[in-house]
Amino acid sequence: MTTDGWLRQLWLRPAGRVGVILLVVMSLTAAIGPAFLPDPLAQPDLAQGGLRPPDQIHLLGTDYHSRDVMARVVTGARVSLAVAFGAVLLSITLGGMVGLAAGYLGSWIDAALMRLVDAALAIPRLFLLLIMVASMERIPLWLLIVAIGATGWFGTSRLVRAEVRRLRAMDFVRSAEALGATRRRILARHLLPNVLGPLTVATTLAVGDVILLEAGLSFLGLGVQPPTPSWGGMIMENKSFLVTAPWTSLAPGLAIVIAVVAVNLIGESLHQDPAPPLS
Amino acid sequence: MIRWLAGRLLQTLATYALAVTLLFIMMRLTPGDPLAGLSDERPLPAEARELLRRRYRLDQPVLTQYADFLAGALRGDLGVSIAQHGRPVTALIRERLPATLLLGTTALAAMFGIGIAVGVLQATRAGSVTDRVLGILSLTAYATPSFWLGLVLTWALAIEWHWFPVAFMHAPLLDPDAGWWVRLTDLLWHLVLPVTTLTLVSFGAVARYQRAAMLEALGLGAIRTARTKGLRDRSILWHHAWRNSVGPMLALFGLWLPLVVAGSVFVESVYAWPGLGTLAAESIGSRDYPVIMGVAILVSAVVIGGNLLADLLHGWLDPRLRPSQ
Repeated sequence: MTTDGWLRQLWLRPAGRVGVILLVVMSLTAAIGPAFLPDPLAQPDLAQGGLRPPDQIHLLGTDYHSRDVMARVVTGARVSLAVAFGAVLLSITLGGMVGLAAGYLGSWIDAALMRLVDAALAIPRLFLLLIMVASMERIPLWLLIVAIGATGWFGTSRLVRAEVRRLRAMDFVRSAEALGATRRRILARHLLPNVLGPLTVATTLAVGDVILLEAGLSFLGLGVQPPTPSWGGMIMENKSFLVTAPWTSLAPGLAIVIAVVAVNLIGESLHQDPAPPLS
Repeated sequence: MIRWLAGRLLQTLATYALAVTLLFIMMRLTPGDPLAGLSDERPLPAEARELLRRRYRLDQPVLTQYADFLAGALRGDLGVSIAQHGRPVTALIRERLPATLLLGTTALAAMFGIGIAVGVLQATRAGSVTDRVLGILSLTAYATPSFWLGLVLTWALAIEWHWFPVAFMHAPLLDPDAGWWVRLTDLLWHLVLPVTTLTLVSFGAVARYQRAAMLEALGLGAIRTARTKGLRDRSILWHHAWRNSVGPMLALFGLWLPLVVAGSVFVESVYAWPGLGTLAAESIGSRDYPVIMGVAILVSAVVIGGNLLADLLHGWLDPRLRPSQ
């Protein structure tokens, strides 16, 4: 499948198109939105009290500290999307490299790497992350990205390895080998381009999982630290006000749902449905 | 057969030892003093610190600590809690396990029951409006953070409408001498919201998987043969088509099995359900590493055991996968 092919396929499917539009709108809002919104840390009407319901000035109301919920949700999108895309980029790079090495080099390298992956996959990712970040007082954003990325490549490496093993038995790789192509050339020119297809599908689905994971970490107080807004953190800090001021936690929660639905719609559309049954 | 089984068991044990090793390395690589959590307010006197270091064997060389740790993990000894002043981690886990097992098995049964039914229904009507609506529903449910859904359900069903209790496993003022019927209904009443939350956020994964597996199975030659033989639709659907989709579903079941012990850190802590997930969440707050590690090791053991079980079950259900005699 060429790059052009899967982009077309994505756009031609209604679900894929909805996903792309949602994601583009969200990313653009996150990028330029904060310029048009109040400062997410400012407390303009502190004297009148916080938790004001949505009105014309504060479209999504204000939180307990009298900060604009809309501005915080939009700014929080930056954190969520940056962590999601950064971490997934890191994990598919690691998973791709390990998978290519294991699948192509074979023998003891393959055996060692895959046993390691088996063991790593047995430990829930949340616990790996808890052990990594729980000892820190403040977790810098880059470290959060590295930690989430470094714990997400195990499954990807298995997928890539399987694909590489299938491909290397095929005629075009064997002819390249017979023609005396170097290992590097076979890896870069013949194997890598062909694993990009399955890798793309895995990537998009992983982005959704990471958005949920980052929100969960923030909810446990282990993500981006307040007062910097993040979706999970907003849900945590406003959970006591769900009854009196539901907008404070409904807004970030819905933002998470929409973002994850968008990337999963894209992932599903890239994933070819099996042929419908004969009736 | 015996040799295959022995080999598989040995491999399982090796994977477990490797997982424990990985956890140990990660814990050692993490910056920070394990005793730091004990002395938040005032600094610990040097003597007391030395005593504690000796008590928790932190004064030993790293390799000795590792050997102790691995040997302990293989025997089922997970060390002692630091925040709870030397209580064995296994005792803490044993205390919390029943609550998590109850929540986990109920939720697992519900999510697989609903997920399989939805997936099969979608596959038999692939492309219809029903298929699409169910697809969108399961996709959205899957995209919902469990802790947020838990909070929203609590708000709507427990606080606004008083249908269910807000949290915990038992009513706090329940008469301890109440009859078993009263206690059972009270327990079930408290179980509804946590199970609903876990089921809602996870049945979508099962349904999507089942739909794909079933569509593939429906396209097989065996199904056409069964139709030609004039078998009834329902019998074809479950006995022929569904059975062919059992393999991938079992693999998925193996993946979700840890839910039974890990519960969900998020759902349990939102509902203050007194299980392992809440224990893990509390231990994060107090930086109680041995407890976090203990729960992680237990969950890894169940994941690895679950994989083994899924393999064995698959071999039993699908004769083609059995090793030849």
